[in-house]
Amino acid sequence: MAAAIAPVSRGFLQRYAIVILAVVLLAVLPLSLDIFRLGLAAKYLSLAFCAVGIVLIWGYGGILSLGQGVFFGLGSYMMAMFLKLESTGADTSAQALSSFFGSNLPDFMVWNSVEQLPWWWEPFHHVWFTIPAILILPPVVAFVLSYLNFRRRIGDVYFSIITLAFSAILAIVIIGQQGVTGGVNGITDFRTFMGINLDPDNVKIAMYYITCVLLLVCVLIGTFILRSRLGKVLVAIRDREDRVRFSGYDPALFKAFIFAVAALFSSIGGAMFTLQVGLASPSLVGITPSIEMVIYAAVGGRLSLVGAVYGAMLVGAAKTFFSENFVEFWLYLIGGLFIVIVMFLPHGLAGLLDKLPGAKRHRLAALPGPEPDAAGQAAGERPAARLAGEVGGGK
Amino acid sequence: MSENILSVEDLTVSFDGFRAVDSLNFYVEKDELRCVIGPNGAGKTTLLDMICGKTRPTGGSIRFKRFDLTDMLEYQITRVGVGRKFQNPSVYEDLTVFENLEISYPKRRGLMGSLFFKRDADLLAKIDEVSERIFLHEVLRHKAGQLSHGQKQWLEIGMLLMQDPELLLLDEPVAGMSAKEREQTASLLNAISKGRSIVVIEHDMAFVRMIAHKVTVLHQGRMLAEGTMDQVQADERVKDVYLGH
Repeated sequence: MAAAIAPVSRGFLQRYAIVILAVVLLAVLPLSLDIFRLGLAAKYLSLAFCAVGIVLIWGYGGILSLGQGVFFGLGSYMMAMFLKLESTGADTSAQALSSFFGSNLPDFMVWNSVEQLPWWWEPFHHVWFTIPAILILPPVVAFVLSYLNFRRRIGDVYFSIITLAFSAILAIVIIGQQGVTGGVNGITDFRTFMGINLDPDNVKIAMYYITCVLLLVCVLIGTFILRSRLGKVLVAIRDREDRVRFSGYDPALFKAFIFAVAALFSSIGGAMFTLQVGLASPSLVGITPSIEMVIYAAVGGRLSLVGAVYGAMLVGAAKTFFSENFVEFWLYLIGGLFIVIVMFLPHGLAGLLDKLPGAKRHRLAALPGPEPDAAGQAAGERPAARLAGEVGGGK
Repeated sequence: MSENILSVEDLTVSFDGFRAVDSLNFYVEKDELRCVIGPNGAGKTTLLDMICGKTRPTGGSIRFKRFDLTDMLEYQITRVGVGRKFQNPSVYEDLTVFENLEISYPKRRGLMGSLFFKRDADLLAKIDEVSERIFLHEVLRHKAGQLSHGQKQWLEIGMLLMQDPELLLLDEPVAGMSAKEREQTASLLNAISKGRSIVVIEHDMAFVRMIAHKVTVLHQGRMLAEGTMDQVQADERVKDVYLGH
């Protein structure tokens, strides 16, 4: 059979998807891209954190959030506040303006005649506050806000609109409160993180690797959650929330939890973005970027954590390519790409795997050597398999 | 006289002025298998909805053992030992039969508990036993969405058995089943009624006769008659209501 001689089977790609992703991120990309392109990849990968979270909440939890930019923004801004205060403290040339006015405030505060550092900036002098805050604050905010909504059984569509509103509100607040947030320019112009200069190539490469490792950890955490009983409950909630209550679960709690996990991922992505791109900007908080993040997940396949990473990279790369080569109308090309993928690949890139030849039976017969999970597969296909046997084989 | 496990007193619910259930008193004893019959719109399903928390009563009280169910949330009512099967079989179609049963296992239903849940021998033994009982042992690995209508009904009963409730509320459990499947279900219900109380809503009188200890007839939200199948069938008012339709 033709299917039997397919060089790579669907099962292989699915089973080793995370390993393959790790190889691509940690070896293929760094070896094949120059430092400028690698920087771009790092930027897309920072956004991929949000896409991975969206797969969890949307693909498996059935919650379409149009507000992941909020949590990306929180992480990004908290990191930027720390970096800005650090560079303000260090007497670099970038702070010449501040020192000229005899002020030790960040430059944009000086321009805006802010005379005292706002109290909520103060703790961001300290790294021991900043990093825990990036990891804790966004998930807590996400949990509380979403739990209140889910507990009142706000419908899915209404919740999407509420998240949309949050991303709009945060962007508007940031732009409006220019004196303490940097306004539409965002917070930028910082060079060091805890005394480490962020500019040299080797630091950039190190940052890229840190981003990749963190991203892979997020994918692994997501995989762990989806494989757990909690993951099954989540799918059950997505498909029949009403029934789940009568299985003895509180769906609101589970939905809020997964929403908080996605917020955590987004926040980490935001912080890594700021470290590498050197910017926290309201343009990454509002509605447009939030929807773009959903597109990453849709392109990658909304049921595939790994697919979301490829989706973010592909859309990011397409944006760069189109904008470099078709300056006038690149946005239309991005839109066209999205439409084509949604129309022809409803399960995104991950859905391509399903089009690969190689049903399970053929694969077992075709692959030479021991198939690592052959026993488990066989058990799965044997209809009357006894459970006792499957404890060892299937799981 | 054995004790009542469920006491529904003066229960009333109105939807826009229409009293679907009207000052109803309804008691179920321990280990009893009760059938509730009545014409469409008699309030049968609404009664079960209120017991399991799906619908809030406008008045009256529902006591289950020592719990007042009136103000409890659905999942809390489930956790104290009330299981509900819906009229249309409600199973998780995207999960396998095995996973449907596993998810219903009444342990570790909190957030962290379910995140770090490990399948143990107890669980597997229980799934083995339940799936055998509901005639689905052969299809444990199939997605629930692939099952026939009758098999979904069984699966939902099985999900309730996993929960091991003391009170089972079954809404038309044999709807859409063949004659043979009905018989199998009747013997299943008779078998599982040992050690727990069951309330069944059913239209199929032959089926009711096979399982009921006692029958309650509802009509327009009120109790019309209650007694053994023979007593109820001999009741003139019951005849009127059924013949009138």
